[in-house]
Amino acid sequence: MIPASFDYVRPTSVAEAVQALADGGDDAKILAGGQSFIPVLRLRMGDPSLVVDLGGIAELRGVREEGDKIVVGAMTTHHDVTRDDLLNQHVKLISEATKTVADFQVRHRGTLGGALAHADPAGDLAAPALALDAEFVIAGANGERTVAASDFFEDYFTTAIGPQEILTAIRFPKYTGWGARYEKFNRVAQAWSIVAVAATVKVEGGSITDARIGLTNMAGVPVRARGVESALVGQTMSEETVRAAAQAAAEGTSPTSDADAGSDYREHLAKVLTGRAVLAAAG
Amino acid sequence: MTTVENNAPAQEIGRDRRRKEDRRLITGRTRWTDNQALTGLLHISIVRSPFAHAEIGSIDTSAAKQVPGVVAVYTASDIGADAVQLPCAWPITKDMKSPQRPALAGSRVNFAGEGVAVVVARTAAAAKDAAELVEVDYSELEPVLDMEEALKEGATLVHPELGTNENAQWVFDSGEAGSGGSAAEAIAAAEKADDQVVITRRFRQQRLVPVFMEPRSTVVDPTGEQLVMWSSTQVPHILKTMLALTLGLPEHKIRVIAPDVGGGFGGKLAVAPEEVVTLLVAQKLGKPVKWTETRSESLLTAHHGRDQIQDLTVAVTKDGVIKGLDVKLLADMGAYLGLVGPGVPILGAFMFNAIYKIPAYRFDCTNVFTTKTLTDAYRGAGRPEATFGIERMMDEVAVELGIEPMELRKRNWIKHEEFPYTTVSTLTYDTGNYEAATDQAMSMFDYDGLRREQEERRKRGDVKQLGLGISTFTEMCGLAPSRVLGSLDYGAGGWETASIRMLPTGKAEVVVGVSPHGQGHETAFSQIIADKLGIPFDDVEILHGDTQSSYRGLDTYGSRSLAVGGIAMVKAAEKVVEKAKPIAAHMLEASEDDIEFTAGKFSVKGTDKGVGIQDVALAVFAAHDYPEGIEPDIDAHATFDPENFSYPHGTHLCAVEVDTETGFVQLHKYVCVDDVGTVINPLIVEGQIHGGLAQGIAQALFEDAPYDESGTLLSGTLVDYTLPSAADLINFDTANTPTPSTTNPLGVKGVGEAGTIASTPAVVNAVLDAVRQYGVKDIDMPTTPFRVWTAINSAKGTGTQADEANVASPGAGLGSMAKSDSVKNQGGAL
Repeated sequence: MIPASFDYVRPTSVAEAVQALADGGDDAKILAGGQSFIPVLRLRMGDPSLVVDLGGIAELRGVREEGDKIVVGAMTTHHDVTRDDLLNQHVKLISEATKTVADFQVRHRGTLGGALAHADPAGDLAAPALALDAEFVIAGANGERTVAASDFFEDYFTTAIGPQEILTAIRFPKYTGWGARYEKFNRVAQAWSIVAVAATVKVEGGSITDARIGLTNMAGVPVRARGVESALVGQTMSEETVRAAAQAAAEGTSPTSDADAGSDYREHLAKVLTGRAVLAAAG
Repeated sequence: MTTVENNAPAQEIGRDRRRKEDRRLITGRTRWTDNQALTGLLHISIVRSPFAHAEIGSIDTSAAKQVPGVVAVYTASDIGADAVQLPCAWPITKDMKSPQRPALAGSRVNFAGEGVAVVVARTAAAAKDAAELVEVDYSELEPVLDMEEALKEGATLVHPELGTNENAQWVFDSGEAGSGGSAAEAIAAAEKADDQVVITRRFRQQRLVPVFMEPRSTVVDPTGEQLVMWSSTQVPHILKTMLALTLGLPEHKIRVIAPDVGGGFGGKLAVAPEEVVTLLVAQKLGKPVKWTETRSESLLTAHHGRDQIQDLTVAVTKDGVIKGLDVKLLADMGAYLGLVGPGVPILGAFMFNAIYKIPAYRFDCTNVFTTKTLTDAYRGAGRPEATFGIERMMDEVAVELGIEPMELRKRNWIKHEEFPYTTVSTLTYDTGNYEAATDQAMSMFDYDGLRREQEERRKRGDVKQLGLGISTFTEMCGLAPSRVLGSLDYGAGGWETASIRMLPTGKAEVVVGVSPHGQGHETAFSQIIADKLGIPFDDVEILHGDTQSSYRGLDTYGSRSLAVGGIAMVKAAEKVVEKAKPIAAHMLEASEDDIEFTAGKFSVKGTDKGVGIQDVALAVFAAHDYPEGIEPDIDAHATFDPENFSYPHGTHLCAVEVDTETGFVQLHKYVCVDDVGTVINPLIVEGQIHGGLAQGIAQALFEDAPYDESGTLLSGTLVDYTLPSAADLINFDTANTPTPSTTNPLGVKGVGEAGTIASTPAVVNAVLDAVRQYGVKDIDMPTTPFRVWTAINSAKGTGTQADEANVASPGAGLGSMAKSDSVKNQGGAL
């Protein structure tokens, strides 16, 4: 498990990092927490000429409140996300989903930005980000731009981040008081999700007044279960109504088939898990 | 020992000491093979075939040789690796077909991952870089993947020179052996009888990978008078002798060292091609060379385990008394024969009859070559397969006959008053008490309470349905009586050796021939020696794994280290005491006849005069004054050849919750009550049981090493080979009902494999017990959520739900399933 050789830089500011990427050309790659990238290198599935390590950039870490948004630095570790009071209070879904990522060791190294930029369809943080209408702050040679979650995930392992750009932060609207549940289904505790459902709902006076649902691994990109959302809003909260609404969960999905699950099984799981996720979020 | 003095040290045997090796191991002060750093050390990387079956054309090494740091690039013939015949020590039949197994393939590769060339460089990184640049021209051949297809006329042959894909057929028939009746006659009679049925089932043992924690590694230093090989192996002694026999090296010129070894589970019971390649390269260059595998290399090329198709036929009376058992196996050897590979399924021949009084038995195993990684020993080796087959079958019989599954077992098992009992497969079980273990397990489990809960959940139609599974197992371990191994054409004995060196300061060095790799031998063995010599636990050092200090041994596998090696230590300790006795008598100026040895002290009967064994050790070191005619030496050496195997047994009970919406199986409760004979260290025994359970449960629920249609292994990383972690398991409730073995002086039985052997069928029986109500008949292992969900859905689709009501009460299985063609003469319920 020895990677091919590469050059390595560890800038201390975003500007330096952008410059390093520009200098490195097409074969430069960004190292965030390394929980996917290092295995790619060690299995020799990737062969970059330059690795730009963002670990030395202090401004990319931490969670802060900016008006009606919660902003998470891209290099904030999963562990720090799960422990953050602002996120727990205002963006509970991302906290809940992050708690299910891999194991303690991975959560101490892996980062929110790294996981989102990697865009593994079975990764656990993209569907919550989509459901939460997160915004992605991306820095490049021409300064900063912001991309909506609905435009960020383009395909398997492909996002709107350009080859010489860096994801610097993720902005979440506040969902204060909303219930949240990330219902993850996998074969063993440390495995990738076969299917997972990210649900956050607002329940007032026994009725569901708002709902956001994202699906993990039901297509090459995370999928928003808008049919379920609209079926839920305005309904009186009950197991029956939730399970009925959840029947729309597989609409618009295109899940893969593999040894762990056929596509029809994934569609079935999406419905079952959506029902469970919404019930738990509302409970 | 006749008296116990007040100042005697506390009894060590039975004490739950923490493992003395762990402080060093868990704080990183380890000496793995890969830690060896020798001056001038070179590193190798092996170029491996991506194809399962292919002719090798030209190999272009020129680009690889240009990489800075590369010392040499060798093809197989450059170092003679293609001419090597790696050893198979177990020719199970006289006419067994045995292909040449080279260290590197010369003209044809026979599984994906087989080595074809080797790069030598100053760093491991340079070797790996260069290995990627070796260009091999392959002409692909048809892979051979399916055992049944492989045996058909006209099938593609893995080894055309053998003329067949059949390695060997091995048959045991109790009618012919005289140990029982003819199974064929018993089955034919049952088919005609109104009061009997014949039940046939096919079970599949999937392919598994041992996945030891420490990847394999070998270092060879050819610069000394003796060639030294450090290797991550379970079998340094066997490796040394086999290297001599295989490579024609003088045995006294080889020293093998197994330093700290991080697990094996049978996976390091091997003479690996990489060990030989490392040696050949070191010899060629005259420099020390290291090979360390990656995890993916390990998953791909270290030997696999299990992989059988099992066809079982049982003749049984309608009141549940088994009249005959016929077992037909196909066992996948993979591309070559490993060290003991062909014999692994044969070990199962003795275990299909398990704890039951089966009057007629036939076992017929055909070993088959395929273009897959070879299979060989994996924790349990043959016995888990057999135990799974018979324990799954007992549940099937129970369902067919409508008999409570534990009650069915009771009607057939050997009663405690019937021991010693000679089985239909000719083994003599010395001791055991299946009733005692079962009674305790049933009570700890609250079997009746869980049955009630199961029924309630069924009535309510809960999403999560409960299933209960049983495995009442025994196994044969403590390999092995040498004469028995001889009768099975095994290429070595089964004895074990230990030596005790009494040092001048009264400490003891105990040199053992078994080779620990994580079991806790240093601790448990020190406890035994402390008791037998009456010296403090901390005064004992266990030396192992270096053929220079431990020149005689047969290493560690088959749960033999305590049951065989431990007894050799006891015998050696007895010899130390016997040798020390005349010297103590001399020191005490007493007659030897008047000397007794108790708790480390020689004393004159009836007096308070005495000397400690440490005093005697010092006296023979000084040797100033000792009796005429004896040597001034109390060290001793003993070899123990067991007269019988040891037969641990136990009752394992598993409850699972099956999520009927998703197919997910959650362990709900696991109870096991084992009889592993006298317990030396309860903590270590429990650890062995827990680890064994984890691996056995993993076969039932999680692990699989499948190949695609081109012969590529699909589980080449630990992302794909789903090992469970503690998070996927539950707290196990364990207990012991020991009946000491009568075939060894400690009364011990093996424990290393028991949990693995017992647990797999308990889990699968539980899963099926939960979903049989929907018409599900069987689910292949691992019972993944996808498979369980698919089984429930497709069974529901067949309309067998009409019978659902019949299984609402436990064991009321008769008629619950669509009538199987294999059930003959099935009458009404009993």
